[in-house]
Amino acid sequence: MKISFRLNGASVSAIAPTGTETLLEYLRQDIGLCGTKEGCNEGDCGACSVIVTGKDGVPQAMNACILFLPQIQGRSVRTVEGISGPDGTLHPVQEAMIAQHGAQCGFCTPGFITTMAAAHANGENDFDTALAGNLCRCTGYAPIVRAAELANQKPVPKWMQENPELVSKIESSETIFCPKSADELAHWYKENPSATLVAGGTDIGLWVTKQMRDFSKLAFLGHAEDLRQIEDCGDYLQVGATVTIAALMTAIQPLYPSFYAMLLRYGSAQVRNAATIGGNIANGSPIGDGPPALIALGTTLILRQGKNYRRMPLEDYFLAYQKQDRLSGEFVESIELRKDQVNLRCYKLSKRFDQDISAVCGCINIRTEDKIIKSARIAFGGMAATPARAKITEQALVGMEWSLQTFESTKSVLLKDFSPMSDARASAAYRSESAQNMLLRYFNEIQGAAINILEVHP
Amino acid sequence: MTLAKPLPHDAAFQHVSGTARYVDDIPTPASTLHLAFGLSPVAKGEIKSLNLTAVRNVKGVHLVLEAKDLPFTNDVSPSAHDEPLLADKLLHYAGQPIFLVIAESHLIARKAAKMAEFEIVEGVPILSIKQALSSDSRFESGPRVYSKGAPDSALATATHRLDGSLNLGGQEHFYLEGQAALALPGEHGDMVIHASTQHPTEIQHKVAEALNIAQHAVKVEVRRMGGGFGGKESQGNALAVACAIAAMQTGLPCKMRYDRDDDFIITGKRHDCQIDYEVGFDQHGRIQALKFTHYFRCGWAQDLSLPVADRAMLHADNAYDLPHVRITSHRLKTNTQSATAFRGFGGPQGMIGIERVMDHISHFLRLDPTAVRLKNYYPDMSEINEAPATTPYNMPVTDFILGEMTQSILSSSSYSARKASVAKWNAENSTLKRGIALSPVKFGISFTLTHLNQAGALIQIYADGSVLINHGGTEMGQGLFQKVAQVASRALGVTQSMIRASATDTSKVPNTSATAASSGSDLNGMAVQVACKVLQQRISAHVSKQQGCPEDLILFSENMVTGPNFKLPWLEVIKSAYENRISLSATGFYKTPSIEWDRIKGQGRPFLYFAYGVSVTEVVIDVLSGENRILRCDILHDCGNSLNPALDIGQVEGGFVQGAGWLTTEELVWDDSGHLKTHAPSTYKIPACSDRPEVFNVSLWNAPNSENTIYRSKAVGEPPLMHGISAFLAISNAVSACGSNYPHLQAPATAEEIFFAIKRAKGMTHEF
Repeated sequence: MKISFRLNGASVSAIAPTGTETLLEYLRQDIGLCGTKEGCNEGDCGACSVIVTGKDGVPQAMNACILFLPQIQGRSVRTVEGISGPDGTLHPVQEAMIAQHGAQCGFCTPGFITTMAAAHANGENDFDTALAGNLCRCTGYAPIVRAAELANQKPVPKWMQENPELVSKIESSETIFCPKSADELAHWYKENPSATLVAGGTDIGLWVTKQMRDFSKLAFLGHAEDLRQIEDCGDYLQVGATVTIAALMTAIQPLYPSFYAMLLRYGSAQVRNAATIGGNIANGSPIGDGPPALIALGTTLILRQGKNYRRMPLEDYFLAYQKQDRLSGEFVESIELRKDQVNLRCYKLSKRFDQDISAVCGCINIRTEDKIIKSARIAFGGMAATPARAKITEQALVGMEWSLQTFESTKSVLLKDFSPMSDARASAAYRSESAQNMLLRYFNEIQGAAINILEVHP
Repeated sequence: MTLAKPLPHDAAFQHVSGTARYVDDIPTPASTLHLAFGLSPVAKGEIKSLNLTAVRNVKGVHLVLEAKDLPFTNDVSPSAHDEPLLADKLLHYAGQPIFLVIAESHLIARKAAKMAEFEIVEGVPILSIKQALSSDSRFESGPRVYSKGAPDSALATATHRLDGSLNLGGQEHFYLEGQAALALPGEHGDMVIHASTQHPTEIQHKVAEALNIAQHAVKVEVRRMGGGFGGKESQGNALAVACAIAAMQTGLPCKMRYDRDDDFIITGKRHDCQIDYEVGFDQHGRIQALKFTHYFRCGWAQDLSLPVADRAMLHADNAYDLPHVRITSHRLKTNTQSATAFRGFGGPQGMIGIERVMDHISHFLRLDPTAVRLKNYYPDMSEINEAPATTPYNMPVTDFILGEMTQSILSSSSYSARKASVAKWNAENSTLKRGIALSPVKFGISFTLTHLNQAGALIQIYADGSVLINHGGTEMGQGLFQKVAQVASRALGVTQSMIRASATDTSKVPNTSATAASSGSDLNGMAVQVACKVLQQRISAHVSKQQGCPEDLILFSENMVTGPNFKLPWLEVIKSAYENRISLSATGFYKTPSIEWDRIKGQGRPFLYFAYGVSVTEVVIDVLSGENRILRCDILHDCGNSLNPALDIGQVEGGFVQGAGWLTTEELVWDDSGHLKTHAPSTYKIPACSDRPEVFNVSLWNAPNSENTIYRSKAVGEPPLMHGISAFLAISNAVSACGSNYPHLQAPATAEEIFFAIKRAKGMTHEF
């Protein structure tokens, strides 16, 4: 199929016969624009970062290695080659990177430059977060952060403004379907239930780049506007399936700061800008970080097949390892996210603090009245074959006194809910014990004790 | 003058604009073919049959080669000729290349490489140190032993004794640019190779062997690498040789780059090891006797394991004067990736062994660990009255400066006050504990294989006055080209804008050593300076004749050539020299003086000098989870007279974070059948941006090298990595605040390891 988009300010078109051609392959192999690098080919190192700007005009860093060409239809892409001005004037982040010696071997540098330029354009100043998706093996990051800080004192250059001029609309092909609405998708998917649905592509990207899988039919959901809306319905937010993690974060930050803080560690900026909450749920990963928090919140899942809808508590969707309660031709359309669960706290353990997959993710939501536990919703990722509620522990807690002793004496009940496994991320013993400790942490946090390692400074 | 100025990297503009070219960025003809290896699915076995029909049938596959199809030598080993390019029947590790696919695209080659059908008789692999020891699977006939004094009797009579064991994980290089090579076939059997390698000459040798041609027919060019860290000293041989053979057989350009997962699975990493110790010491913590046993897991082929393990032994003393010591080193052969060079080359492993001993002694005696360290330091050079102290390998330590450096950092980092505030915090907080530690670095500079300490350079001055320098060193991010250009600028008296360094090229400077052992600027800087002096003398002689002035009164500076009664622009002088038929091209050669080393006896002077440094790191850990953060790090590092303080500080900052990564989050995990399970950045976690210390103070100890090195500078590539040890010790210190027992923290100190070490500190036994 033909893909039209803007590249470094110019309108271009590309041919994507299978739909799984990546932007990185296009840049490096098809048109010889080799500034953008391949470091890992799985969205974990950021060497391939480019800036993508959609209709909303907000520039976002994304990983070109797992961005399929149909995903950028109608959007503006800026690579490292398009960061300096038309007359060769360096962008402030480029100048600052030279001045602060932010590049050594230089291979990660183009990805840093684009990510930094996106952060610069958006006025961000939390660089630990903005740059968590860019790995550098040479510098130890200190000079890069100094450069980002220095560049932030300069205005955004005019040439970074994307021209919102419309490019031609996307057309579907025999094997690649690009629905414009949820209705279109529902109709088509019912007829083509064996097709693969692609939203952000941060997982399916790896099916292509690492597993080298082929697909008979694909649907790209990014052009269905109604699927990526967040609607405030009073008691709850109706969140469409293709709402990105980044957009979800903005919506929940005032409601659930702890959930927000955990999502800051969900992938990286590049991943959160592409990945969707529907994809996170639908893939049914046992270690996805969205579901445990959503389950602890009491989220309702809305599935759709043609004109039929089903509603279920999110936890009921996950049946077994990589097996979900999803009918043929049925898809995740939205979730209902409750707004009043102020006692939710989320804890994530991983080998590296940022941009790592959880060894254990525990989300706890306990309501008390007069020092007595009235209700408890506790959900974990990384402890079982699916994200799951700790129902036995919940029951053991309800009715007990709100005290450290209650948690000390009840935490081992968690072993009745879960018997986790050992893998490259963590041992079963560590998972079991650290998950139990999350209950103690929850009590301490609600009591106001110092428990957050991020709040300790030199 | 540009010397000692903090100039940016010579390619800084190219880096930030995306125009710096790496192997995979070189424009290639449309006919270029792409290669991928088919890999062994088992850690040990014998191939009974190999059916490649499905591989050959993939559309776009041109050729598939297996061991029997290789025309000449089937070997890519840098040392013992024990590393076939393609496995010949016997399989030695999971991931070993078995066959080579040559196809129209990278993706087609990768896809086809997965389609082979094997019939393999699986053997029982030797994976662990224990298994290797019990089956006596090793390189060399037995362990190497270096000793000094009478360690056994001194240990028997020591005031106090302790023993312990430290497991150290390996480390994946994770250079951001994966291994890559491109071969362009020429006429008359010539072959041009572009490779991402620290060792172009070795690539040249291995390609010549594989094609059965003379070395003069192979030209290897390296403009830059996207990171090396030792991982491109020998590990690029396979790709370059594969490309050369494929190019010879097809007559077409051939390119190969490993997908990241393949890179992890195929290539060697830092040696993981176990270090056992028995130490005797007095009530002040002064060591009376020490015995170390090193167990190095070397993997399936020898590669560089012997010198790596040697260097670990040579750094077992680190900064400490050990009267009675024995170091025993086992180099074990296992069915895993062949461990290879990695920044520090065994030094970090050796060094952390004794730093653990210092930590253990201090804990036992309840003394300040820094005080115990100071008790054991070698005497500073300024305090040597009689004979200097000697290392366990009998080298006099005559340039020691850590006493003075340590006093300086104790003050600049407010060590005592912070130690007190850490103790106060720990008394008041139960969930979050802090720790602080100081550790020194004394790192020996020179290749321990003495003949490698040589370098050559070629300087060409063109008629327009511009200068092209070429030397044997390769650029991998460390800023070598800039440093050497600064040397040339000073030596010739021309501004840097007149100078350009060309890509490293085996056809310009022959028989080069790897850019390794931190030696790049020491060796190549000197060779370039020698060549510059030769040219300057020729030009001086010419000017002297023309101007009628003695040569020694002629000065070269800032593009001007000046005498008592003349001042001529460089351009004019060069033009005149050319017209008067003066040769404007010269080679330079340098070999390190004064070194001699017997690695079997463990006696001699393997190093010209030592580079020093000291760091203080503070951390916080979470008792409930083992999570941790580095709060602050202060480093004082010795670069002699720095050739370029900005580049040197960059090496120090980056070295610390890489060293801290090795000892904290970077964990390699193999399963019970010998398959590496952490083979991508999704599972193998190098430090990310927020893992750097929140406060990070790096300064240089700017004092001239006591040896006559290039402008009295010191090598800087590897030594700073070992400042990461202070982060590990600070974590151990924080864990120790959780209980009264010694925690025996193991490396890497992942959150999980810290979590269980806390239990050990509390006396809840937990094995490590």
